[in-house]
Amino acid sequence: MLEFIQQPWTWWVSGALIAAIMFLLIFFGQSFGFSANLRTICSAAGGGKFVKFFDFNWRSQIWNLVFLLGAILGGFISSQFLSDGNPVQISENTISDLAKLGISAPTSAQPDELFSIESLFTLKGFLILAIGGLLVGFGARYAGGCTSGHAISGLSDLQLPSLIAVIGFFIGGLLMTFVLLPLIL
Amino acid sequence: MKLLKFLLLGTLFGIVMAKSEAFSWFRIQEMFRFQAFHMYGIIGTAVILGAIGVALIKKYKLRDVKGNPILFYPKDKSTMRYLIGGTIFGLGWALSGACPGPMVVNIGYGYIAMIVVFLFAIIGTYLYGAIKDKLPH
Repeated sequence: MLEFIQQPWTWWVSGALIAAIMFLLIFFGQSFGFSANLRTICSAAGGGKFVKFFDFNWRSQIWNLVFLLGAILGGFISSQFLSDGNPVQISENTISDLAKLGISAPTSAQPDELFSIESLFTLKGFLILAIGGLLVGFGARYAGGCTSGHAISGLSDLQLPSLIAVIGFFIGGLLMTFVLLPLIL
Repeated sequence: MKLLKFLLLGTLFGIVMAKSEAFSWFRIQEMFRFQAFHMYGIIGTAVILGAIGVALIKKYKLRDVKGNPILFYPKDKSTMRYLIGGTIFGLGWALSGACPGPMVVNIGYGYIAMIVVFLFAIIGTYLYGAIKDKLPH
């Protein structure tokens, strides 16, 4: 059984579990939207004193911060107990495309060239991670949600704004992947 | 105790992100290069099951555990904010290989460098809040 769980999970099992998580949150009286936590953290840190957008009752969002803590715990459990130690099984085409950008084939879940501590302490390595995070945080709030809020929750409710946001995710993602990443890496 | 269920659901979410490999920069690159069905399968399955479930909740007017009706609020009608905001988000998603949920899953998994990505995502959110009135919505 443990060996079975330690293999990578196939797409439909993973997708079904994500839908199940969304519905359990709905039946617990909440909704599935992870990036709301970023706004909550800004508010809890006192941002409401300076910016009106963060002046709200963040304590009503503690359930989501607890969900975030659980996600960290889930990552820890996965690496410590549920991993078979194999690198991610991405397609050969991706491996050869990334090799042209100087990213070597996977040896774990993340490329050393971007996420190793050595890379973090170079100016370029730091800027890539910092700017990546900055764009995600800024864009998620501008668009009113991230992958969970728009691509999963919003599309499930057949909301047009969420479809527009997801189209935006892909415009940005394709621009970065095919135009900017070759210049950056 | 009321919060325990959210801790457990978050833990399950973290495990699913890690075990599906959706938290991997490599998988996000593979997705944006349209070189595998994997990520589309995950999101597509979640959305199809999600849409069926949401439709059933509305049809049968289901209630949550506290007995309150389950309501879905339509998002504000606009094109600019979703398109521009979404594009900015997508640029960051393809660069860092992680949206906000998978960022913290990576931190728990042991990818310490992802703490920097997450901290800057918080700063990015703050920046948006500070200048939002000057942006087209």
